[in-house]
Amino acid sequence: MALPTYATKLERVWHYAYLVICAAIFFFLIAPIVVVIPLSFNAEPYFTFTDKMLSFDPEGYSMRWYDSLLTFGMTQPDAPRDMSWWSDAWHNAKWVKAAKSSLIVGFFATIVATVLGTLAALGLSRPEMPYRRAIMAILISPMIVPIIITATGMFFFYSNPCAPLTWIGIDAQCGRLAGTYLGVILAHATLGIPFVIITVTATLVGFDQSLARAAASLGANPRTTFFRIIMPLILPGVISGALFAFVTSFDEVVAVLFIAGPDQQTIPRQMWNGIREQISPAILAVATLLVIFSVALLTVVEMLRRRSERLRGVTPR
Amino acid sequence: MARALDPHAAIATEATGLDAAGTLQTADGQPLSKALARSSRRARRRAFMLVLPLLLFILITFVMPIGQMLQRSVKNDGFSANMPQISAWFDANPRGSEPDEAAWAALAADLQASAEAKTIGVVGTRINYDMPGTRSLFTSAGRKVRGGIEPPYRDNILEFDEKWGDPQLWSVMREASSPYTSNFYLASVDRTRDEAGNIIQAPEQQRIYVKLFIRTFWLSLIITGTTFLLGFPIAHLLATLPLRKSNLLMILVLLPFWTSLLVRTTAWMVLLQQQGVVNDVLVWLGIIRDDQRLQMIFNQTGTIIAMTHILLPFMILPLYSVMRTINPSYVRAARSLGATSWTAFRRIYFPQTLPGLGAGALLVFILAVGYYITPALVGGSSGQLISNMIAMHMTQTLNWSMAAALAALLLGGVLILYWVYDRLVGIDNLKLG
Repeated sequence: MALPTYATKLERVWHYAYLVICAAIFFFLIAPIVVVIPLSFNAEPYFTFTDKMLSFDPEGYSMRWYDSLLTFGMTQPDAPRDMSWWSDAWHNAKWVKAAKSSLIVGFFATIVATVLGTLAALGLSRPEMPYRRAIMAILISPMIVPIIITATGMFFFYSNPCAPLTWIGIDAQCGRLAGTYLGVILAHATLGIPFVIITVTATLVGFDQSLARAAASLGANPRTTFFRIIMPLILPGVISGALFAFVTSFDEVVAVLFIAGPDQQTIPRQMWNGIREQISPAILAVATLLVIFSVALLTVVEMLRRRSERLRGVTPR
Repeated sequence: MARALDPHAAIATEATGLDAAGTLQTADGQPLSKALARSSRRARRRAFMLVLPLLLFILITFVMPIGQMLQRSVKNDGFSANMPQISAWFDANPRGSEPDEAAWAALAADLQASAEAKTIGVVGTRINYDMPGTRSLFTSAGRKVRGGIEPPYRDNILEFDEKWGDPQLWSVMREASSPYTSNFYLASVDRTRDEAGNIIQAPEQQRIYVKLFIRTFWLSLIITGTTFLLGFPIAHLLATLPLRKSNLLMILVLLPFWTSLLVRTTAWMVLLQQQGVVNDVLVWLGIIRDDQRLQMIFNQTGTIIAMTHILLPFMILPLYSVMRTINPSYVRAARSLGATSWTAFRRIYFPQTLPGLGAGALLVFILAVGYYITPALVGGSSGQLISNMIAMHMTQTLNWSMAAALAALLLGGVLILYWVYDRLVGIDNLKLG
């Protein structure tokens, strides 16, 4: 993006103006996320920088909102912090419970989405695959259909999963999926699958099929070929697909609002409640933790991407 | 090497010479074309078997629920299932016939049975959807008939409330006497039926949905426009910088993309509040006075700003991947032939970015029309989109059929856009990061 030597004066001015505009847009992208972090250390219950914070007075800063995350919902938050206090926090503090729910749901939804999605991506990337385009469109659609519509449909389905059987004349009754962990996990797996498909298919585009044929010609059976040749090569794609699926689940709130019961109170749902009822700076502490979490995930994905680029022989210019 | 991974290879190596008729044959004497067809069938089946589990999973957990929702949008048996006798009377008597004593008797019997089965609330709610303010008519009548009701039924029921004689009410009950109805779709385009069953516009103060659809469309268009204005320079910068530098800057785009939606929405709430950081900075800079703090949140402005921020990466990434492939020598050639930099941009560079622009704009628009969380939190009442109305019917008014009908209309719009996207861009070209 260097300025050519033949640039006129006006073009030079425009070039620098353009850089300033770009900087402003980057600022717009990043500033909201960064601003949250110092504000979460605010000693006062405000959402703005106090004078003490601006003059870097240590008294203006405090960890109280982080502490309140731990104590919120505990039976005895003011008791001395011994083992029973920590056990109380572990079992009763609402944010701790929410984190546990989110991790459980995210973990299992990721496994379901990744296993099914990777298998399907392998099938879809074979040249013989019939109706490829149509099937791909169906499999990607949970990402395209607005979440409110998906959640509405799931609400009806999960409150009586056997109802569609009446369409073929069977009048069956079966238990509710709504309000169970299984229901939320299935819903989140559905929403995460398109991301797995997209990332794994993208990895398979550059996959050299002759490697699999070479393995077969050397006597490997299909299973050995898959686990020893194909899997290690597409692993970066599978892992980033899994991370996408996990983040989708970890960030999802609408389906949880519609189909989860009080037991499946995930972090986003707890945040949603917090924002709607009475927004306290504790939300900013959660937000900060989530920002750190997403930085970590982004780093992992970026490392995986660079690794697979390196393996394919693409080096940065 | 009996079960090779690639069956074609096995057959090709085993193919022997020609038979008497001159067709190629395999080692076991089969015509080669037949063997090839069989093996390609097997390969197709094998590929399909890999996809099948996921396809079934998606059909059960996603496609079928949507189908159920569509069914719900045309079916509501709240009245017909609980009021069988009056429903039968409506079936037997054509529209326009005056309710006779038999009809009133059927109504009385149904009201009594329904009150005893405690379903009268469901019945009243169903009628209330089409004729607001009538739910209490049913529940109070239910209380009164519980001990039994004497003939003449017409006069006795009218004694409960004069409203029972309203021809509009009878027309609505006739509509509801069949479990399948198009009324919810009519209502979602602000139409209703008059006493004779003709489709008319809803009363002025009840026309909300068309306005909301138009607003959703407009706000999405504005958001698509702003993401384009902000995304284009960024994508261009990233595509023209050396890869090492652009990878660093790319992190600034990907970080918001990976950050939780609720975190970003919360951040904007904090920033845009009247006592928030943006207003503070403006006051401090002397641009506005302390008593003139701007209202930037809980209205359309809030929705536009926050959604632009949230959807911006979806514009930048497709634009970037297209711009990356544009050969800079075309622009240089144009310049060397005497074009000004503006002409070179307008006639050479910009047309080449159109595929990326189309992909990004469609993606942002599709995502924007269905957005729920952000408008719900920062939109106030004027920044709400159609999704918020669907959620309201699902969780507050519990008019699920109405929610389903609105969702079905929105779904139709999104699917058309999705189809266009697949035609123009190809769904397999969708990339993430």
